[in-house]
Amino acid sequence: MSDSVILLSHGSGSRRSSDLIKDLFLRYFGNPILNMLSDSAILQGCPSTLAFTTDSFVVTPPFFPGGDIGKLAVCGTINDLAAAGSRPIALSAAFILEEGLEISMLEQVVASMAEAAESAGVYVVAGDTKVVPRGKADGLFITTSGVGAVDTLPQPSPERAKPGDAIIINGTIADHGMAVMMARESIQLSSKITSDCAPLNGLVTSVLEVSPDVHCLRDPTRGGLATALHEIAVQSGVCIEIEEEEIPVRDDVRVTCELLGIDPLHVANEGKMIFIAPSEECEPILRVMRGCQYGKDATVIGRVLEQPAGLVCLRTSMGTRRIIDVPAGELLPRIC
Amino acid sequence: MTYIDAFRDKRLGKELARLIELKATRPMTLMEVCGTHTMAIARHGIKGLLPPNIKIVSGPGCPVCVTPQSLIDSFIELGKQSGMILATFGDMMRVPGSWSSLELERASGLDVRVVYSPLDSVKIARENPEKKVVFFGIGFETTAPAVALAVLEARSMGLDNFFILSAHKLIPPALEFLASDSETNIEGFLCPGHVSTIIGSLAYSRITSDYGIPCVIAGFEPLDILQGILMLVSQVEEGRAEIETQYSRAVSQTGNLEALSCLNSVFQVTDAEWRGLGVIPQSGLEFKSEFSKFDASRLVPERSFESRRNVQCACGRILKGLLSPTDCPVFGSECTPARPLGPCMVSSEGACSAEYRYGRLRGGSGDVDILW
Repeated sequence: MSDSVILLSHGSGSRRSSDLIKDLFLRYFGNPILNMLSDSAILQGCPSTLAFTTDSFVVTPPFFPGGDIGKLAVCGTINDLAAAGSRPIALSAAFILEEGLEISMLEQVVASMAEAAESAGVYVVAGDTKVVPRGKADGLFITTSGVGAVDTLPQPSPERAKPGDAIIINGTIADHGMAVMMARESIQLSSKITSDCAPLNGLVTSVLEVSPDVHCLRDPTRGGLATALHEIAVQSGVCIEIEEEEIPVRDDVRVTCELLGIDPLHVANEGKMIFIAPSEECEPILRVMRGCQYGKDATVIGRVLEQPAGLVCLRTSMGTRRIIDVPAGELLPRIC
Repeated sequence: MTYIDAFRDKRLGKELARLIELKATRPMTLMEVCGTHTMAIARHGIKGLLPPNIKIVSGPGCPVCVTPQSLIDSFIELGKQSGMILATFGDMMRVPGSWSSLELERASGLDVRVVYSPLDSVKIARENPEKKVVFFGIGFETTAPAVALAVLEARSMGLDNFFILSAHKLIPPALEFLASDSETNIEGFLCPGHVSTIIGSLAYSRITSDYGIPCVIAGFEPLDILQGILMLVSQVEEGRAEIETQYSRAVSQTGNLEALSCLNSVFQVTDAEWRGLGVIPQSGLEFKSEFSKFDASRLVPERSFESRRNVQCACGRILKGLLSPTDCPVFGSECTPARPLGPCMVSSEGACSAEYRYGRLRGGSGDVDILW
């Protein structure tokens, strides 16, 4: 009889462990490198400059409209590699599973990871599984690491924003964070907010082909657009000015944020990329982005100025100007 | 959805600002008494549209800010008893009590749940019959009816494990307290829209009749606020002191009678301590005797320590409109939204938090050093 839930022995190196690897992980992730099941994956023919990143994923609930923890774990690491201007080559995935986790749920997550990796054209080449006693983890935690090839040098970097550059984003902000919050708190609204979770390596590669001189790329995940722009402003020693009226926010997301007293600029995204490039490059970049699956709503949202350095400013829809700050901590809804 | 945009029309905003400038012939100080006004003014940069002779100060309109440390201490003490679940609105999590906050205590093992509605805490009580659930009843007349409704719900379900620690506050007595203070120099009140939907515009009649201070009840969108300010400036300039309602799409003279009746069936008026202001007579709500079984204050253990106040923090004088946040010696240095000392820095609605986040686009590089 096959198991329906994860047992401690699935992580013990026993027959159960190898069955889980064979029946589940290899079935979905299988590829020539992973299938060797050796201690390390061997990547051949890599360029001399590599990007290398890692990220852990802990999400409640694990499934939400538009995605799940698995898709997030793959897209998150791919997008971090893409934000370094690199072409993702390979991923690893490590799982911490809680005793008693439904294997069907794990399978759903792994299938979703495999689908995301395939759509991004990247193999999962190494993995690990550990099982912890019931109550010691929240279902499952996933850590993915990734290696990417850097083909264009100097590569985009958060220190390279220059006065005169334009700020471009590939679509609406705050979708992911609000989708997860709605699902977590079971807030019922007439429209369903969907996470934007998506792999952006294709979009970035296409843009870098037409405009190798993109100065910065940054995926505005936790902390939202505000935090990402703030980091760039500080690291590049410039002022970033954005236009409230130009920042794309879906109507239902905007209304939900208003209702909960949350600033969409502070809300996480998982399928967005900020491109900062010389303003004369805007036209070709936008044309390419709008032709990509994840760039249809691409638009210019602001510009880089010299002063006041280290600050992000917003031109409000009322025609006034104010500072944008990073959120102080966990996003807390307001009382009334 | 265009409902929002219609009230954020740039051209109309500029026109209202121009009318305010034309109308205001001398300097005057106006006070808004609602956390949502504070936030909206900051978020939309409304002070940047006003002429320099109009000073807008923020009063005690943030319910989290005015909750005294001693009550936060009591709530934490309650949570330390065995089998206790604490339920609270999110903004209360970071507010410092005398020694700690709910955020810190949750990390040390207290069972603290953030809820969006008092009814959610009734649900927690129903699902955990072996535990006691205490909801922190924070808020003005806007939230108090929902808390009363939760109590009525718990009673009809026959729950005996659901309790409220009442920290509710009433707005008109606070305005009267400020109006009667000879130190303050407030020439008009921009009254809270949401509170007024419950209590009705007539609730402010003593402010206009006994103290001669004009009141305008305003909504929360930029055009609402600008029009409200214009109405106040007009009253001041014309020597009138009347209650006017800018937010007429939501506020009536008598308010929401159903909500008030719900409120009055559970709670009665009592004296209350406001953080930074002290005790204001008849400005709080306590349980009526027939609902005392829901009163969590009876469960608070004898305390072995005295609650304390942070003496450096100028929140008290800021809430009275005597000081601006930037006048406080610890603003932006020891007291920031990440590590708040005083209550006005804690809630996103607090006057200091709003000033910290949105107000620093004035000087040059000197402003940068308080970024983190």
